Amino acid sequence: MKTRVKKIIDKYHNDKGFLVPILQDVQKEYNYLNREALNLVSAFLEVPISQLYELGTFYKAFSLKPRGRHEMKLCTGTACHVRGVPLMKDNIERILQIQAGETTPDLEFTFETVNCLGACALGPILVVDGEYHGNLSISKTNRILKKLGKKVKIDEES
Amino acid sequence: MKKVKTAQELKSLQEEIKNSRDPEKPCITICAGTGCLTYGSQKLVDNFRSEIEKQNLKGKVEVRASGCHGFCERGPLVVINPQNIFYQRVGLDDAEEIIKETVLNGQIIDRLLYVDPVTQEKILHEDEIPFYKRQMRLVFGMNGNIDPNSLEDYLAIGGYNALIKVLNGMEPEAIIEEIKTAGLRGRGGGGFSMGLKWEATRKAPGLPKYIICNADEGDPGAYMDRSLLEGNPYSILEGMLIGAYAIGSDTGYIYVRNEYPLAVKNITIAVEKARELGILGKDILGSGFDFDVLIVRGGGAFVCGEETALIASIEGRSGEPRAKYVFPSERGLYNKPTNINNVETWANVPLIINKGAEWYRSIGTENSKGTKIFALVGKINNTGLVEVPMGITLREIVYDIGGGIPKGRKFKAVQVGGPSGGCIPESHLDLQVDFDALSKVGSMMGSGGMIVMDDRTCMVDVALYFLKFLEEESCGKCTPCREGVHQMRLILERITEGNGKEEDLKTIEWMGKAIIDGSLCGLGGTAPNPVLSTLRYFRDEYEAHIKEKRCPAGVCKALITYTIDPELCTGCMVCAKICPVEAATGEKKEVHTIDQDKCIKCGACFESCKFDAVKVS
Repeated sequence: MKTRVKKIIDKYHNDKGFLVPILQDVQKEYNYLNREALNLVSAFLEVPISQLYELGTFYKAFSLKPRGRHEMKLCTGTACHVRGVPLMKDNIERILQIQAGETTPDLEFTFETVNCLGACALGPILVVDGEYHGNLSISKTNRILKKLGKKVKIDEES
Repeated sequence: MKKVKTAQELKSLQEEIKNSRDPEKPCITICAGTGCLTYGSQKLVDNFRSEIEKQNLKGKVEVRASGCHGFCERGPLVVINPQNIFYQRVGLDDAEEIIKETVLNGQIIDRLLYVDPVTQEKILHEDEIPFYKRQMRLVFGMNGNIDPNSLEDYLAIGGYNALIKVLNGMEPEAIIEEIKTAGLRGRGGGGFSMGLKWEATRKAPGLPKYIICNADEGDPGAYMDRSLLEGNPYSILEGMLIGAYAIGSDTGYIYVRNEYPLAVKNITIAVEKARELGILGKDILGSGFDFDVLIVRGGGAFVCGEETALIASIEGRSGEPRAKYVFPSERGLYNKPTNINNVETWANVPLIINKGAEWYRSIGTENSKGTKIFALVGKINNTGLVEVPMGITLREIVYDIGGGIPKGRKFKAVQVGGPSGGCIPESHLDLQVDFDALSKVGSMMGSGGMIVMDDRTCMVDVALYFLKFLEEESCGKCTPCREGVHQMRLILERITEGNGKEEDLKTIEWMGKAIIDGSLCGLGGTAPNPVLSTLRYFRDEYEAHIKEKRCPAGVCKALITYTIDPELCTGCMVCAKICPVEAATGEKKEVHTIDQDKCIKCGACFESCKFDAVKVS
């Protein structure tokens, strides 16, 4: 782990001014900000670990907990909101039995909301593992979750 | 690309590129902005490329993946030149047919043309479509003509002419004067004069001086900055170069949202290519002017769009704003004079230098000059980015450009300016859009999100939506914003749950005023706007929630019930099959019913009923 973290820090020339991008890269590498990696960043750059935790909790992009195998991001921008996204959010939460922002205990799903993906013409939008699903509806969320192995009632004909 | 050392060399390179291009050569432009990409347009680009190879047309037909064209609703979009044929909703497998029919044989493929919904006429060219016809695409229009990763493309359309003009003997003071005269105001929300900002930073003591491009576009429902960065990154760099020269800065930052991967990629490529060509770096075009740009990715905090918070974030701290008794123009990044402008504002600069302040002044209203790009989204037929001259009416934007409300529903309001803005009702549709007119009706220009709402949108719910957003995004530094927005949210939540009290509305109103007066930065200072503006124009809806425990739009879960209309129900059983809690039941071909005790109001039956038999009340 030491060399991997060092490599990231080297990319930013050991510059403390790039703490946010460094943590972004660390998160990309390990899928979340784990304790060990943060300790290493703190040691290499000589910044207190508390400062890293401050950033880790302030910025939405960071996660201090491991993330699920499937990443679901539901756009809750204003355009999607007025097109009925709250109902779809409730539906996904009900099926996954977690709240938005959480990961299922079996580490299969991380479900989050994002403020705006800027693809409002297709709203509501759900991004599953990087793939965009536009013009979302409740039944579409059902079908997507069923495909990913959840038990969901769907109407086969529609 | 070979480095250019003088303005003359750059000019000749430009000429060389222009001359090497045959305007009659067929060119297929595919929109590859984020909107069209989500429809799969990258695949379409690949299909066109492989088809060209297959038919041995390499070198004879050009394929260009361009930035956003704006008409996201009808994507993927394809434009065939030189005839300028506009195809929309192009299927991923249509590449072969388009090349064979249109490019090689000049035949029009009817089904890919845009049909005017009013006249039912098929329209051949982009600029004849009502959506485009009423626009004035000065800043945004170039997107369709260039490949964002090609510096040659930008040079071919006259790119960097403004930079050449400036370095060829315009004094910094004269440039600032030009921008001041043009009357360009900040497009990111504040609406402050760009020229005055530049002047203050130039005059401020202390070196080095920094300039920053604010691309932390956090407003939900606004994406013009992203589309500019993705589609025409060189124009933003050119604007920054001119600004840096005028201000006397040698380092610029572009602070861009990490949620915009394509924008990050395209601006990074643009910076690298500009460096390679010698437009960024030391002694640019032999003028003795040094300037370079660093790209910083944001961490996903809305408040970082506020300039002092953004500066804190670049310095590697949490993005908390500070009180602005000293402006960043005096003490900004690393306590040095700093000039921050938004993406769209920077993109306007080359235009003003090229065409002159007087020309620019001729567009717009008395105190708002030029054009503005709006993101027209929500319950609207033609979703997309629209660039219009200041002073156009809301009605023209919503109906002429936007094509009105889908499914013939009734317009209720348009929310302008994002979480800091306000909802404007139908009675103000003839308002001439500019900075001052929007403020006067309790909204603001903001970053230019325009979210259209119809009669099925609950205004209390919308206000609550923005409060929730702002509560989450409040950095927590000052009390009025942190606690005030939280308390307001609790009250609004109570109202939507049917537990509102009559005095709540008064409480909200005075709290709103207190938050506006007491907050440290623009986030808190404008946070109550969505609530206060809806309360101003849609008080009756609030009262229906409080007094009658009723949500007129049928949105607030606690106040609605789903029932089945026995007249319309055909007994098709879809609702029974789909209901997750077995509340909807019934025998085949017999009227179904919903058990209200079991119903969780998930809306699944309402959405899936093909006969509109499920009613919300």
